Amino acid sequence: MAFKNYILVCGGAGCEANRGVDLYKTLQKELQEQGVENEAQVVKTGCFGFCEKGPIVKMLPDETFYVSVKPEDAKEIVAEHVVKGRPVARLLYDKTQSRTNAKLEDIDFYQKQVRIVLRNCGVIDPDSIDEYIARDGYDALAKVLTEMTQDQVIEELKKSGLRGRGGAGFLTWKKWMFTKQVASNEKYVICNADEGDPGAYMDRSTIEGDPHSILEAMTIAGRTVGASQGVIYIRAEYPLAIIRLENAIKQAKDYGLLGENILGTGFNFNIEIRLGAGAFVCGEETALIASTEGRRGMPIPRPPFPAVRGLWQKPTVINNVETYANIPMIVLRGGDWFAKIGTETSKGTKVFALTGKINNSGLIEVPMGTTLREIIYDIGGGIRGGKAFKAVQTGGPSGGVITSEYLDTPIDYEHLQKLGSIMGSGGMIVMDEDDCMVDVARFYQEFCVDESCGKCAPCRIGTRTIYNLLTGICQGRGTMDDLQKINEIGRAMQKAALCGLGQTAPNPVLSTMKYYEKEYLAHIKEKKCPSGKCRDLVTYYILPNKCIGCTVCARRCPVGAITGERQKIHTINQETCIKCGECLKACKFSAVFRR
Amino acid sequence: MLSLEIQFISLTTEIAEVLILNTTMEKPAADDKKLTPELKEFIRQWKPKPGNLIMVLHRVQEHFGYIPRNVAFEVADLLDVPLARVYGVVTFYHLFKLKKPGRFKIAVCMGTACYLKGGEDIIKELENILGVGLNAVTPDGEFSVEAVRCLGCCGLAPVLSVNGEVHGNVKKDQLAEIVAKYKGT
Amino acid sequence: MAKLTLEELKKLREEKRKELNNRRTEGKDVQVIVGMGTCGIAAGAKDTFDAFLKEIDQSGLTNVTIRQTGCMGLCHSEPTVEVIVPDMPSVVYGNVNPDVAQRIVRKHIVGKIMINDHIFDKPAADIIK
Ligand SMILES: Cc1cc2nc3c(=O)[nH]c(=O)nc-3n(C[C@H](O)[C@H](O)[C@H](O)COP(=O)(O)O)c2cc1C
Ligand code: FES
Repeated sequence: MAFKNYILVCGGAGCEANRGVDLYKTLQKELQEQGVENEAQVVKTGCFGFCEKGPIVKMLPDETFYVSVKPEDAKEIVAEHVVKGRPVARLLYDKTQSRTNAKLEDIDFYQKQVRIVLRNCGVIDPDSIDEYIARDGYDALAKVLTEMTQDQVIEELKKSGLRGRGGAGFLTWKKWMFTKQVASNEKYVICNADEGDPGAYMDRSTIEGDPHSILEAMTIAGRTVGASQGVIYIRAEYPLAIIRLENAIKQAKDYGLLGENILGTGFNFNIEIRLGAGAFVCGEETALIASTEGRRGMPIPRPPFPAVRGLWQKPTVINNVETYANIPMIVLRGGDWFAKIGTETSKGTKVFALTGKINNSGLIEVPMGTTLREIIYDIGGGIRGGKAFKAVQTGGPSGGVITSEYLDTPIDYEHLQKLGSIMGSGGMIVMDEDDCMVDVARFYQEFCVDESCGKCAPCRIGTRTIYNLLTGICQGRGTMDDLQKINEIGRAMQKAALCGLGQTAPNPVLSTMKYYEKEYLAHIKEKKCPSGKCRDLVTYYILPNKCIGCTVCARRCPVGAITGERQKIHTINQETCIKCGECLKACKFSAVFRR
Repeated sequence: MLSLEIQFISLTTEIAEVLILNTTMEKPAADDKKLTPELKEFIRQWKPKPGNLIMVLHRVQEHFGYIPRNVAFEVADLLDVPLARVYGVVTFYHLFKLKKPGRFKIAVCMGTACYLKGGEDIIKELENILGVGLNAVTPDGEFSVEAVRCLGCCGLAPVLSVNGEVHGNVKKDQLAEIVAKYKGT
Repeated sequence: MAKLTLEELKKLREEKRKELNNRRTEGKDVQVIVGMGTCGIAAGAKDTFDAFLKEIDQSGLTNVTIRQTGCMGLCHSEPTVEVIVPDMPSVVYGNVNPDVAQRIVRKHIVGKIMINDHIFDKPAADIIK
């Protein structure tokens, strides 16, 4: 026999501290006391996010969402909700509290997420075209082929305000219109699934979860701009996504939704897959085209833009995976529907890969205009291990950091740019007090040194020089002059580099220099790394008054640098110490100290 | 004018590369690899398609684990492209290898999320366990370790993969176990 | 499969939609849906999948279908599994190792009792009805 009600009590780390356990027990007791223990089951759950408003109780099946519930409230919840079946109004989550300014009438929920791009991810079997079709799949294509003119499709896109999700945020309708306007016997549609930003995996998940949505959207693009050949350029590092795409292409062909004479309308469109081979720069559109042509992925100056001269010198539409995934929904529900979500300049939703020092890492999709605070605390459940939030990095090697002061900034293209970062493709990496900003800047610069294609000098030499200077600073050899130099080289690269890679490579450095100047100065002037990450700048000590001689640290030390007898004060031999920090983690008496 | 210059530069680099090619690709003695009939058939199918080189190299590397020197010559021949193009492409892309990797290729992610969560320590520990550095092969030919950029499982950082099989939330003290799991299988 | 015409596509959609909805609401079937993206698999979703198969087989249950899906986005608690049982609200379980899978079958599917510590919130409302 199933229960009539299920009372889910959030038992995440945040809520445990907030007396989630007490609440769980009290609810159980109340059920018994009021004689309804067969009516409802109390269930402890994983973290639901919203930790600031914890503990949280969710009633199933009616999905009532209570916040800040105290054990004292248990009686009322059982008496009212379980026994009489009416919600306890004063505990309900107040939707008007939500800072999200986007509201959709069909979604009045406490949830912060709205899933348009990820609508089918985690719902359908990605290997089944039937399930995709059952959920309105290929309906948009049918509509475009039979009811809409090419201009009408572009008009809907224009109304929707959809901007490219690959980084720069160029208006999609313009791209399509330019390509359509160029007269040519051959045109191409490319899907950019190169996703080189380290720390981002939105495109992989979208393709793995819903490959047909990309095929459908590319076919719509083909029809709209007058192309009959599509290419998906995907990273070879994503084998599962490639298999699912290959399978999807085959199924769509079998059903006549791809190939010759689609749905009997006389329209032909084919899609083939091309693999990347591990080069970040190939995400840049002109480099991607070069790579698709089987050459080294070196960018060329624009204009001419791919819309005019792209793959094999023919007009080419090139869009990101996420951009495409939006399109069937825009066609089906109309541009106006889409434009209701988001902010003035940025419409719709954005998928982010929320990673780093966050409790609930994951793939999220939120309306544009959602604030960072909502993402990190309400959805992400806050910082791991109760540490202090330090920064969020967006835009990967082309982006910058956002500090705690700006947590309430609504996320859209313009606001992020103003803060010196970019939307980028959607990597969102959360950093805590243990992360050193100089080291992070060095990390990104190293990445750019590796990935610079070497064609233009500002990028080839600039990235290397900045990297060397940053390494020096991390090792305690930095001078104030270095900062000046980095600044000058960075500004020059922004202006003079050939492609987006070089132009944006200094961003993570300049942005951390701006917001964390103190940290740079500590490295240079005091030769100290405040977060303790730069090993050359830290020393570990054992505090004699706290050490009780338990020998744990000595046993944990991988290089035998700690000596001392049982119950005697231990010491660290600084010559041998490799500064791995294991002793600090191991000591239960706070006797190890880092400076 | 500018584009002419660029063409010239890339031409001279290509010539230089052929010279390097002869010295850096593994010498024939250690390398008597030849295209198999299936690979030849694959190349024959792809030949009419423009832009085929990278797809062909992927297939070759899937077979051998790297691009053997002799095979590069054969590919250039069969596809009718200059050897310098082949070499240029092979060296440009990180994924293509000129040296044979270990039977088990361990790729440790050094993408941002994994870096912040201690990817570096994982590499150091693996080097300890295997006794060889990055991009080298253990004497028994079993393992090689490389650092890669983002395997797309950042939510599970730190991440490593062994011959494509991804392991997430890897802790330092699990590494010996992971290595042991593959060794000798 | 023959190539579809517009009409046939519409018909197919109606059919398949009914099938999906029937499975969901009319309660003929129990469904176990395992997230099998790269992350899920890296976290052990294949073992979880197999554990479900084995346990369901051993329990002699015949009304359960096990399906795969893409990533639900809850990377922090992969492998994730959605469990749909008639007369019970559908829930998402996280950190489902083979042991938890066994418990889900015995307690949730057979006993209709939810399991502590593994339920996670569904991330968003479904916009496609
Ligand atoms: C260095 C560099 C790397 C890029 N990497 C990617 C990428 O991985 N994925 C992507 O979709 N766009 C990437 N872009 C952006 C593309 O050049 C291009 O703007 C995008 O594919 C256009 O699609 P959209 O209009 O849908 O955003 C990159 C750009 C630069 C300069
Ligand atoms: S950063 Fe390691 S998997 Fe993405």
